[in-house]
Amino acid sequence: MNLGTIERQEFAESVAGSDLVTVVGGKTQWDVGGTIDPNARVISAPVGIYDYTPSEMTLRCGAGTTVGEIQDTLGEHAQMLPVNAERGSTIGGILAVGRSGIRRLRYGAVRDYLLESWHADHEGKLVKSGGPTIKNVSGYDLCRLLVGSLGTLGFLAEVTVRSLPIPPCSRWMTGVCDPFDLQSKLYRPSCILWNGNQVWVLLEGHPVDVEREANITGLSECSGPPVLPSAGRLSLRPKLLRELPQMYKQDWLAEIGVGLVHLSEPIKNDQSSLSAVTVMRDIKIRLDPTGRLNPGREVF
Amino acid sequence: MSSKRKRTIFDELKVLLGSRTRADEMELQLYGKDSSVLSGVPSTVCFPVNVEEVQGIVSICNRFQRPFIARGSGTGLAGGAVPIGNPVIISTAKMNKVLEIDLEDRIAWVEPGVLNLDLSKALSEFGFHFAPDPSSQQVCSIGGNVANNSGGPHCLAYGVTTSHVLAAEVVLPNAEVVTLGGIDPEPKGYDLRGLFIGSEGTMGIATKVAVRLTPNPPDVRTLLLDFADVSDGALAVSAIINAGIIPAALEMMDHNAIGIVEAFVHAGYPVEAAAVLLVELDGLSGGVEAAVQTINDVAKIHNAGSVRVAKDETERALLWKGRKNAFGAVARIKPDYYLHDTVVPRSKLVEVLNQVYQIADKYELIAINVFHAGDGNLHPILAYDAREPGILERVHSAGDEIIKASMEAGGVLSGEHGIGLEKRDFMHLLFSAHDMFTQDLVREAFDPQGLANPMKVLPSGSRCSDSFKQNLPEGVWV
Ligand SMILES: Cc1cc2nc3c(=O)[nH]c(=O)nc-3n(C[C@H](O)[C@H](O)[C@H](O)COP(=O)(O)OP(=O)(O)OC[C@H]3O[C@@H](n4cnc5c(N)ncnc54)[C@H](O)[C@@H]3O)c2cc1C
Repeated sequence: MNLGTIERQEFAESVAGSDLVTVVGGKTQWDVGGTIDPNARVISAPVGIYDYTPSEMTLRCGAGTTVGEIQDTLGEHAQMLPVNAERGSTIGGILAVGRSGIRRLRYGAVRDYLLESWHADHEGKLVKSGGPTIKNVSGYDLCRLLVGSLGTLGFLAEVTVRSLPIPPCSRWMTGVCDPFDLQSKLYRPSCILWNGNQVWVLLEGHPVDVEREANITGLSECSGPPVLPSAGRLSLRPKLLRELPQMYKQDWLAEIGVGLVHLSEPIKNDQSSLSAVTVMRDIKIRLDPTGRLNPGREVF
Repeated sequence: MSSKRKRTIFDELKVLLGSRTRADEMELQLYGKDSSVLSGVPSTVCFPVNVEEVQGIVSICNRFQRPFIARGSGTGLAGGAVPIGNPVIISTAKMNKVLEIDLEDRIAWVEPGVLNLDLSKALSEFGFHFAPDPSSQQVCSIGGNVANNSGGPHCLAYGVTTSHVLAAEVVLPNAEVVTLGGIDPEPKGYDLRGLFIGSEGTMGIATKVAVRLTPNPPDVRTLLLDFADVSDGALAVSAIINAGIIPAALEMMDHNAIGIVEAFVHAGYPVEAAAVLLVELDGLSGGVEAAVQTINDVAKIHNAGSVRVAKDETERALLWKGRKNAFGAVARIKPDYYLHDTVVPRSKLVEVLNQVYQIADKYELIAINVFHAGDGNLHPILAYDAREPGILERVHSAGDEIIKASMEAGGVLSGEHGIGLEKRDFMHLLFSAHDMFTQDLVREAFDPQGLANPMKVLPSGSRCSDSFKQNLPEGVWV
């Protein structure tokens, strides 16, 4: 039998019942989406790396495995998962929350790194979605539905994620310049952060290329990015970031080219409109008819 | 028209679209097929020009409880666009405008009928392209790419369609118009965009798509490695990835393919080789040069006969022309072919390739392999002559065995062509009844009446609302 088979089965069985239930990961993003109903029974997902073949660039593990453990394992083969989460975050938690790391500009969204998942549904039955290979079309893409669903549709038990080679050279540069202009001069930088005045840029790749691009920036090298404000988070189309200095008095740090803004104070009234709510509501009702999975979390 | 006669669905569609609603024999026959070997019969073919017309057609279909199918260019290989249940076909051929190119947001809004290559051409003057590049890119539509989550040689490094589509305007099966996803990074709500992509027209019709623009790489190098032994070629594939290189493309052609392609394009492919690898490296020049060096080393270790580096854009284009036209070139040896699409772990490439040859031998068919080796995506082509009595059965049996061999090696049913009709009855090889039931629950949230492209993707048992299965036209092989 495959490693992990028993663990995921037992996890699914622990979900079964008619009570309210919630799954806890590393509690590093526990508040996202609202407060969990205090009556919910708390369970946690299996832990452990079951399979890792570097030449396939795929890793299969329990959803409760920490990012630290995953990065260490991948790192032994000069590979990585391009997320920038705290070491104690679990992979299940990261996927359920669905927030990509600050290197999204180059590596894309975290949802694109989930290949196959096993989740426990509201009845405590296991459901497999996606496929284990780095490319697959396997019916409806429930993996993408689960990413960012905050555990309201099912609880991830086991996941297969894809890895990437660690770039041979990484350098952070900082200084004062126009970040939009900078973006247009560089070929696929990994991250550009801007606080309205100062810019931080991460260049990754072959040392020769990083050196050349570093010279293009005209900025000076630094040890890393500043701490991201975490009280508020705003998702904007990338070009709207230009207007941030006029929009906000508080401290913020924006991911140029991506459109994310990290703020030092919570956003008051989120005005963003939402389409297809009926379908979303219907999916929730079908996949969790009694609303027992992660009660209190709101996705829409 | 007599004023007493009740208006038929055709009458209504005629009122809506005039001469862009058609039902003459020839047309119906033409639209009964896609590029698979399957066929069916539509009732009507419509050519809307905007979202309002698509909405109008879908409303009429709702009123008459008639299924409908979106159709792009009909190049699908899994029967996704084959009409089942006498549906109305909604062709996107006349919705073919690039609506907006936004260089600041690095996105473009396009209509679904825009052809894949036309989009990249429209972007080239700005230094960008649309990354998914199916071999059919000259003719396939963006709507079809979205519906099938299509891939292509360059998806190894860049990812398939879902990584390059940010949002879509969709006419839902109940005729409501919604926007799924968004051009901001974290649109609120469930990722219905991700769910819609790859849903093969069963969750509604995309009428507008926001695609991500990918910057053209400053440096590109294309290499051709030849091997006297297929195993060496396959091992070289894993060795390249193990060396920490993700080429932009890593394609393999076997001996049969090389011969056919060379006769067609005269690119100087080594016809005596057992296999060639076409490797493309792109990015900034430092990384590209280092990767070329590594690949030369890998080539030596794995007994490559030679490493040819395309010296200019003309030579590069010629090498790619060979690869991208390989399927068409098959016509030189047999008039018909059946193109398969499975994925296996890279480490199982040799094993499964050998099985493919054995299966082809057993059924006395010619197997030609041209495929995306970098991501383990096999594309065995079975070449045949449909006029030969009994041949289609042999082709199907061989195909079934190839799919099963791939599954046994830990692979999946499809890498990029989709499930459609062709593979829906193989879904149980990968998924339990409960897995498929869950997928069906989600599909039904979009289409409770089962009007959008019925009978596709999931086997009939798993679908609660397949009311059209009784209407299977004769000759449909499902
Ligand atoms: C020679 C050849 C080579 C090929 N190479 C590749 C390859 O390298 N990679 C690859 O991935 N595929 C390949 N294909 C398969 C095919 O080209 C792709 O699947 C393509 O994306 C289909 O596009 P189309 O416009 O022809 O879609 P169609 O065949 O018309 O339709 C395909 C599916 O999409 C649905 N659909 C179409 N438009 C819409 C819309 N607007 N909204 C909702 N649903 C819609 C249809 O209902 C159907 O289910 C190849 C095909 C051929 C013939």
